[in-house]
Amino acid sequence: MHTSPEPKGILPTHDPEQAMVWPAGADGALQGRVIGESAPVAVAQEVDLRVPLLDKNDRLAQRNREDFRRRGLVALNLVSSPGSGKTALLERTLDEFGRATRCAVVVGDLETERDAQRLRRSHAPVVQITTGNACHLDAEMVAGGVSALDLTGVKVLFIENVGNLVCPASFDLGESVRVVLLSATEGEDKPLKYPPIFKSAQVVLITKIDVAGILGFDCEAAADNVRRIAPQAQLIQLSSRSGQGMDEWYRYLKSLQPL
Amino acid sequence: MPVHILREWRPSLDDDACVARFAVSLMHEIGIMESAITAVLDQARQHHARQVNRIVLRIGSLSGVEPEALRFAFDAVTAGTLAEGAELKIETVAARAYCAGCGVEFEADAGFIFSCPRCRSFSGDLRQGREIELSRIEFI
Repeated sequence: MHTSPEPKGILPTHDPEQAMVWPAGADGALQGRVIGESAPVAVAQEVDLRVPLLDKNDRLAQRNREDFRRRGLVALNLVSSPGSGKTALLERTLDEFGRATRCAVVVGDLETERDAQRLRRSHAPVVQITTGNACHLDAEMVAGGVSALDLTGVKVLFIENVGNLVCPASFDLGESVRVVLLSATEGEDKPLKYPPIFKSAQVVLITKIDVAGILGFDCEAAADNVRRIAPQAQLIQLSSRSGQGMDEWYRYLKSLQPL
Repeated sequence: MPVHILREWRPSLDDDACVARFAVSLMHEIGIMESAITAVLDQARQHHARQVNRIVLRIGSLSGVEPEALRFAFDAVTAGTLAEGAELKIETVAARAYCAGCGVEFEADAGFIFSCPRCRSFSGDLRQGREIELSRIEFI
C-alpha cells in the first residue's frame, strides 16, 4: 500500500523541514511511516502568542507613567523644532499659571544650563539634562531628572524635549500629554513634512502669532495642515510675548486630571 | 552600532545626521527584537523544544518599525540560541482608521492623512496599524 522509500523499522527523521511537512505526501499517503509503527517522537508545534513587544525605553516609560500617577502629577512632553518658543512659553506659564498651581520642569538640551537658568527665575523646581550627542530625551534620562527634583506639592510637570521634530516622536517618556509647538517663524507645511510627531500629539500650539503678519505666515493654512494630520489634537494659537491665546492654554492645563 | 557597518549595509546613508538617525532607529528595533527573542526562548524552554523553526511577527504599517532593521537585529540577537537559523516571518498589518461621522472603518493607506472615503473628513482615530507583536512560533 504505502510507498515509503524508508526501510521498515526506521523512525521518521527529525529534520525540521521534513517534520513540518510530515505526514502528508503528494498522493495523500503517509510518508516515512511504516504501518504498525508508533507516531514520530517530534513534530513541529505551533504556539499562538500574540504578545505586544516593548523595547527598553517603552518599559521605562511605563515605569515613569506609574511614578507620575502615584505622585498625582500630570506630565506634559513639549516637542518642537529648535527655536519654536518652548522655553519662552514655559517662562510665562510658570510666571502666570504657576502662581496658583505648582509646576516643575525637566529641560533637555545637548549642552549648557541656559534654559534651566531662564526657567529658575520663576522659583519653580527646574532640572537641566544635557544629552551630549543625543537628539532627544528618553525615559531613562527623564527618570534621572525627576529624581533630582523636589516634587512636593507639584501638580504639573513640564518636560521640555530637545529641539527636534523627528526622533522625539519615537520615544515615549511616560507623559500623559504630548504638546507639539509650531511657530510662525517656520513654514505652514511643517505638519505635512513631519507627520509622525504631529500624529502623536494631544495638543498642537501655533506659537509666535504676534509676528505672523510681518512674516507672512498664514495661521489658518497652518491650522488646516494640523487638522489634516492630527484631527485628534486640540489646537491653540498663542503668543508667549503678547499673551494672546495664553488664557486658552491655561484653561487647557487646568482641565487636565492626573492619570 | 559602528558607523562603518551601517554604511556598508546602507550605502545610501551619506551624511552623519542621517547615519545617527538610522542608528537610533536600529537601536529601537534591536530592543524590540530582544524582547521578542526573550519571549520566544521562554516558550521554547517551557515546551522542551530543541530548535525554533519559525518566528512570526505582526508589524503595523504605521508602527514606526522598519522590517529591514528588524531582520538585521534578528541575526544578531538569535546567534548561539535555540532560535539561531530560524525563519523570521514579518506580517504587515495595514493601517485602518475610523470615521466617527459615518461610523465606518476604512483603510488608511495614503500615508499620514486619514481621509474618510465617504465624507472626506479627516480622522485621527487609528484602529489598526500600530502593532508590534510576537504572533506565533513554531518549534520541535
